[in-house]
Amino acid sequence: MSDRGLNATGIETSLAERRIPVLSPLGELVNAFLEWFGSLAIFAWNVARAACTPPYEWRELVRQLDEVGSKSLPLVALAGAAIGAVLAMEAQQSLTQFGAKALFPSAIVFSVVTEMGPIITGLVVSGRVGAGIGAELASMKVSEQIDALEVSAVSPYRLLAAPRILACILMMPLLTVAADFCGLMMGWVAGTLFEPMSLHRFIESGFNGATMSSFLPPTFKTAVFGLIVGLIACFQGMTTTGGAEGVGRAATKSVVLASLFVILADVVLVKFILVVFPL
Amino acid sequence: MNSFISKPPDLPTVSSAATNDQSVASANRSPVVDVDNVYKSFGAQHVLNGVSLTVHPGETRAVLGRSGTGKSVLLRLIVGLQEPDSGSVRIFGQDIAGLSLDRLAPIRKKMGFLFQHAALYDSLTVGENVGFPLNHHRADMSKSERDERVSQVLSEVGMEKQSDKMPAELSGGMQKRIGLARALVMDPELLLLDEPTAGLDPIGSAEINELVLKLQKEHHIAFIVVTHDIHSARTIADRLTLLDKGCVVMDGSFEELKSSDNEFVREFLKHS
Ligand SMILES: Nc1ncnc2c1ncn2[C@@H]1O[C@H](COP(=O)(O)OP(=O)(O)OP(=O)(O)O)[C@@H](O)[C@H]1O
Ligand SMILES: [Mg+2]
Repeated sequence: MSDRGLNATGIETSLAERRIPVLSPLGELVNAFLEWFGSLAIFAWNVARAACTPPYEWRELVRQLDEVGSKSLPLVALAGAAIGAVLAMEAQQSLTQFGAKALFPSAIVFSVVTEMGPIITGLVVSGRVGAGIGAELASMKVSEQIDALEVSAVSPYRLLAAPRILACILMMPLLTVAADFCGLMMGWVAGTLFEPMSLHRFIESGFNGATMSSFLPPTFKTAVFGLIVGLIACFQGMTTTGGAEGVGRAATKSVVLASLFVILADVVLVKFILVVFPL
Repeated sequence: MNSFISKPPDLPTVSSAATNDQSVASANRSPVVDVDNVYKSFGAQHVLNGVSLTVHPGETRAVLGRSGTGKSVLLRLIVGLQEPDSGSVRIFGQDIAGLSLDRLAPIRKKMGFLFQHAALYDSLTVGENVGFPLNHHRADMSKSERDERVSQVLSEVGMEKQSDKMPAELSGGMQKRIGLARALVMDPELLLLDEPTAGLDPIGSAEINELVLKLQKEHHIAFIVVTHDIHSARTIADRLTLLDKGCVVMDGSFEELKSSDNEFVREFLKHS
């Protein structure tokens, strides 16, 4: 092909035209994703800048800590307990089969604390909080309340987005600890029903050989989940358009994208933690 | 535009604004709002096609036009919620194109904006809605001073008894008046009102018109009022702008509007 450009001859133009329909669905998808990601990055930058400069919205932050934290606690605790029970039943079965019953406490402790607790918390919170924030901000957006804030010279990034995202980041590790605790307790209860064991022994042998560095990183990685959930929900909510339908769309998209990115981030973070804090 | 500055001051200018003494006086002060040849499209839809408009201190301009001609879009451009595709918007002499939220803030604190659908914060009570700008920008006022100011503006719009209600408990016309109170509370120099009397009963609209006249007289506020109510426009406005299909069809006093032989103007007046 000559370097006079694609449009230099008619033939090349028509070739290029004919290739568009083949490439465009994928191309469009990639394009849409890049565009979405770019806007998300600009949004994140605006929030970060607003969050780092006074005035700080302490009252709003406290309200959101309660909204995200205390109000998610029952759900997260329940999910953690259920996972603990399920893990215990499965582990009993398979460990007995392989003659490794003595490993039961460590198996529960490790699977709950390093993976199941964090990811379950991340997903439950992206469902509850993602939908809540997405829908709340979207309904403020479509009823022009966010425009009204802006016109009153109050930054919506500072007043709305920053406290919500910060609350998600701060609360996620705490909620994870709660989920872990409930998971371990239920794991012990379920295990004990199968084969009695004192809680003291369960804890002692479960945490035997474990160090801080095997528990802290998996717990604190959930702060990243919090960032993802808060950021995506605020972004989807504050940029939605078009009436009640837009509100529904923002809530759905918040949950779907937040869950998806929490799972993807988990893959990356697990690898990262394994490399940086080898067992 | 400022070419007359270079002339000796006593020579008459040829500007059309120089038809009466008042507008000569106001032409010499810098305008509060100066919208110059603004274009705005949404996708393929051209909403504003070269709109220009100026408002001087203390002046009230009514913007009229059929539904969907871009009156609300014009107000949103002036307050910086949207950016024009081309053309410039200058507020208090400053071009607001591309200004960040922080740079816009000092300008916006001097403006009040009434949204077409009031846009009250639905998680706050009426009193908190009206006090919201004060709580965020007037740390120098004590709590009781702020409360006093809130009840003062609420009584100006006749809503002093509704302070503890939630916006959802109010009728559309009442929400509109609360929105107006919120726009007033910071003592703005420029008020942008999007259909302040729509959804109000005749007595309510007359009260709003009186309030606007009072604010003009006592506080020397400049107004841009979007309205479908030609009688209200006649009562409160010094100048009227008639928009059609995104263009300014007519810009002048009510008398000029009435004597215009433009077909659209006459059609518009005939039906209102
Ligand atoms: N954000 C937007 N996205 C797409 N189109 C828009 C947007 N805002 C306004 N429009 C379009 O611009 C046109 C003008 O809208 P605008 O709200 O300014 O009308 P209006 O003159 O205020 O009408 P009304 O008197 O009914 O309030 C409409 O056709 C509307 O569809
Ligand atoms: Mg409108």
